[in-house]
Amino acid sequence: MNKLDKLMINRRQAITATFGGAAALSLAACGGSGSAAGSAASGGKIKVGLICLHDENSTYDLNFIKAFKESCEKMGVGTEGQDFLIKTGVPENNECYDAAAELVEAGCKLIFADSFGHEDYMIQAAKEFPEVQFCHATGTKAHTEKLPNYHNAFAAIYEGRYLAGVAAGLKLKEMIDAGTITADKAKMGYVGAFTYAEVISGYTSFFLGAKSIVPEVTMDVTFTGSWYDQPLEQEGATKLINGGCVLISQHADSMGAPQACENANVPNVSYNGSTKSSCPKTYIISSRINWSPYYEEAIGAVTGGKEIDVDYVGTLATSSVELTELNEAAAAKGTAEKLKEVEEALKAGSVKVFDTKNFTVEGKEVTTYKADVDSDPKMEGDTEVIADGYFHESEYRSAPYFDMQIDGIKLLDTNFG
Amino acid sequence: MIHVVKRKEMPLGKAMAVRIGIIVLALVVCGVITAIATGLNPIDVYATMIQGSFGSPRKAWILAQEVALLLCVSLALTPAFRMKFWNLGGEGQVLAGGLASAACMILLGDKMPNAALIAVMFLASVAAGALWAAIPAFFKAKFNTNETLFTLMMNYVATQLVAYFVIVWENPKGSGTIGIINQSSEAGWLPVVGGNKYVLIVILVALLTAGMFVYLNYSKQGYELSVVGESPSTARYVGIKVDRVIVRTLLISGAVCGFAGMLLVAGSAHTLSTTIAAGRGFTAVMVAWLAKFNPLIMVGSSALLEFMGHGAGEIATTYGLNQSFGDILTGIILFFIIGTEFFITYRIVFSRKTKQIGEEQGDV
Repeated sequence: MNKLDKLMINRRQAITATFGGAAALSLAACGGSGSAAGSAASGGKIKVGLICLHDENSTYDLNFIKAFKESCEKMGVGTEGQDFLIKTGVPENNECYDAAAELVEAGCKLIFADSFGHEDYMIQAAKEFPEVQFCHATGTKAHTEKLPNYHNAFAAIYEGRYLAGVAAGLKLKEMIDAGTITADKAKMGYVGAFTYAEVISGYTSFFLGAKSIVPEVTMDVTFTGSWYDQPLEQEGATKLINGGCVLISQHADSMGAPQACENANVPNVSYNGSTKSSCPKTYIISSRINWSPYYEEAIGAVTGGKEIDVDYVGTLATSSVELTELNEAAAAKGTAEKLKEVEEALKAGSVKVFDTKNFTVEGKEVTTYKADVDSDPKMEGDTEVIADGYFHESEYRSAPYFDMQIDGIKLLDTNFG
Repeated sequence: MIHVVKRKEMPLGKAMAVRIGIIVLALVVCGVITAIATGLNPIDVYATMIQGSFGSPRKAWILAQEVALLLCVSLALTPAFRMKFWNLGGEGQVLAGGLASAACMILLGDKMPNAALIAVMFLASVAAGALWAAIPAFFKAKFNTNETLFTLMMNYVATQLVAYFVIVWENPKGSGTIGIINQSSEAGWLPVVGGNKYVLIVILVALLTAGMFVYLNYSKQGYELSVVGESPSTARYVGIKVDRVIVRTLLISGAVCGFAGMLLVAGSAHTLSTTIAAGRGFTAVMVAWLAKFNPLIMVGSSALLEFMGHGAGEIATTYGLNQSFGDILTGIILFFIIGTEFFITYRIVFSRKTKQIGEEQGDV
C-alpha cells in the first residue's frame, strides 16, 4: 500500500495547486480508492481484469466499467490498477487476445470482455490459459465451445422492455380515454439499430407489453444500421412521428430518438438510462442492464472455488434488469403501481413475456419454432424453443434469439449491416 | 520586426544534439503537465509507460511487432515521398492488401496446402496494394492530377469495399465482424517461428528495411526517383522518363503497403475489418517525415510513436486515467520535435531597420 499512500499524498498536493476541476476529480478518486484499500477480502484474494471496446466516454462501455468498479469494491477485490485492471480501447481483433494474455501475465484469474466481437479472441485466450476464467458478455459461443473456463452472459432485457411496454400501453390508454386519439390510431414507432435477434426480441417484448394494456395497438419499426448515429436515429424517429406514430421507443445508443420526441412533443420510452434531464416533457421511463450482479457472482465463484455458469442470464429477480426513474410529468397516472404489479408477476412466472396466446404470426398461434441458437455457418433454426405455451427466450443460450415477425408490427425497412 | 531566415546547414552532430536535447525538454514539460493535471508523480508515470512497453517478454514482443507493422507502412510511403509524390493513401493500400489476403484465406483456405496458399496470398495482396497506388499514379503521370486528394479518396473507396466484404463474409451473421478467419484449421496463417507468435513479422520487416535502404540509396532507380523529386524538368533533361518513374515508384509503394496488409491479416489479426489499418497509413507519414525519409532512422521514429501509444494504454490501466492522456503527452513531444526541425532549418531575426530586412531577405 506504500505506493498508494504516495499517490494519495501527491494527489493532495495537487489540490493545493490551483487546478480546480482536476483537483476535485482527484479528490473524488482519492476517497474511492482509500475506502477500497481498507476492506480486505474475506475469502481468497484474486486479481480480475476487464477488457472494453471503448472507454467511459461511450455509454455502452461506461455501463460495464461502472458496474465492474462497484462490484470490485463491494467484493473487496482491492484497488484499481493493482488488484483490478481495466483495459480500454481494445478493438475486436488480435489486440483483444493480446490484452487478455497481458492480463493473465499480470496475475488476473478472472477476465471479462464487454463487446460482441471480442468473443473469438477470448476463446483463443481461454484455450491457451486453462487456469484462468474468461467471461464474455453478449457472446453466443460458450454453449457450443464447451470450454470449462469460457462463459457467456447476458440479461433477460426482454423483461425490462416488456415492463417499459406496459408503461407505453398505459400512456396510450390515457390518450384514448382522453379522446386525443381513437383506439385504431394507437400506433407506436420504434427505432432499431439492426434487424437482428437482439433488436427483434427487444421490440417484440416492448410491443407485447403495450399490447397487454391496449390490445388494438400496432407498431412501425425502422432501422438505422448503426448502434450509434444521432442524426439517423433522430431522422428515423421523426419519420415515424410524421407517419402517425403517437409514442416512440428505440434500441440504439444515441440521444437522437429521445431528442426528436422532445422536439415534436411525442412521448418516448427510452433505453440504457434516463433521458429525463434533456427530455423533461416526453421521457416516460427506460430499461437498462445492470452488470453488477453478474460481476459479483463471477468474482464470488472464483474466490470461493465454485463454477461460473456457462451461460448466465440476469433477470429482474437478480436486479440485472432494471427500470430507471419514472417521469410522473409524462407517464400516465397509476403507472408506478401497475409496473410494480406486472414486475411481481414476471418474477413469480405467472406472466410470460412471449406467451404464445398473446401473439400470432400470419394470423395463427405459434406452436412450434426452431430458433438459430448455435452459432454455426448454417444460419438456420436448430433448437425447438416453444414449450409449455411460451417462447423460451435466453434459456438455451444467454444472448437473445427471438426473431419471429409477429402480427401488428410492421417493418418499414430492414438493415442487416 | 520579426522575420524568418534560413540557416546555413547545421553540422549533423550539433543538429542531433539539439534533437536529443529537445526530446529531454519535451519529457520535462510532459512531466510538469502530468503533475499539475493529475497529481501523479511524473517519474512514476514514465516508469509505468516503460513497464507497459517492456514489462514482460510478451509486452516487449507485442511492441516490437507493432513497431515493425508501422515501420512497414512507413517504408512503403518513403519512395513516393522522396519523389515528392504525397501518397496519403497508405491506409487504403494496406486495406486493399488485407482484403486480398482475407479473400484468399476464406475462399481458398481448404483448397490448397498452406505454403501454396501463403504464396498466393502474398501475390494477391502485393498486387492489390500496387493497383491501389498505381491508379492515382497513372492519373498523376498522364493528367497531372493532384495525388494528395486522389490517394486520400482511394482510402474511402477501399474502406467501403472492405465494409462490403465484411458483411458478405460475416460470421456469425449479425455480428458485423468476420471473427477469426480459419480459427480451427489456421489455413493461411503465417507460421509461428520458434514458438513465438510475434517474431516472424519483426524479421520480415527488418529485411525489408535493409532492402529499402539499399534500394533508395544505392540503386539506379532509387537515384532516379530522387532526381524526379528534386526537379522533374532536370530529370527529363537528363533522359529520365518521369511518367514511368512515377508509376513504377508507386507500384513499389503500394506493393509494400499491400504486403503490410497481408502481415496484418495473416500474421497478427487473423481477421479483416475496416479499422484494421488503424490509422497506420497516416501515422506512417509522420514516421517517415520525422526520419527525413531515411529508412534506418525510421526504426527510431516508429519505435518512439509506438512506445508512447503502449505507454498511454498502460497508464490508463494503472492509474485509471483516460487513454487520451497518453495522446496529450505524445502531442506535446511531437510538437517539440516538429518545432525543433523548424529551428534547425531556420532562425528568427529581430531587426529594427528596414534596410537590414531587405539585406537579410536577400539570403533567404
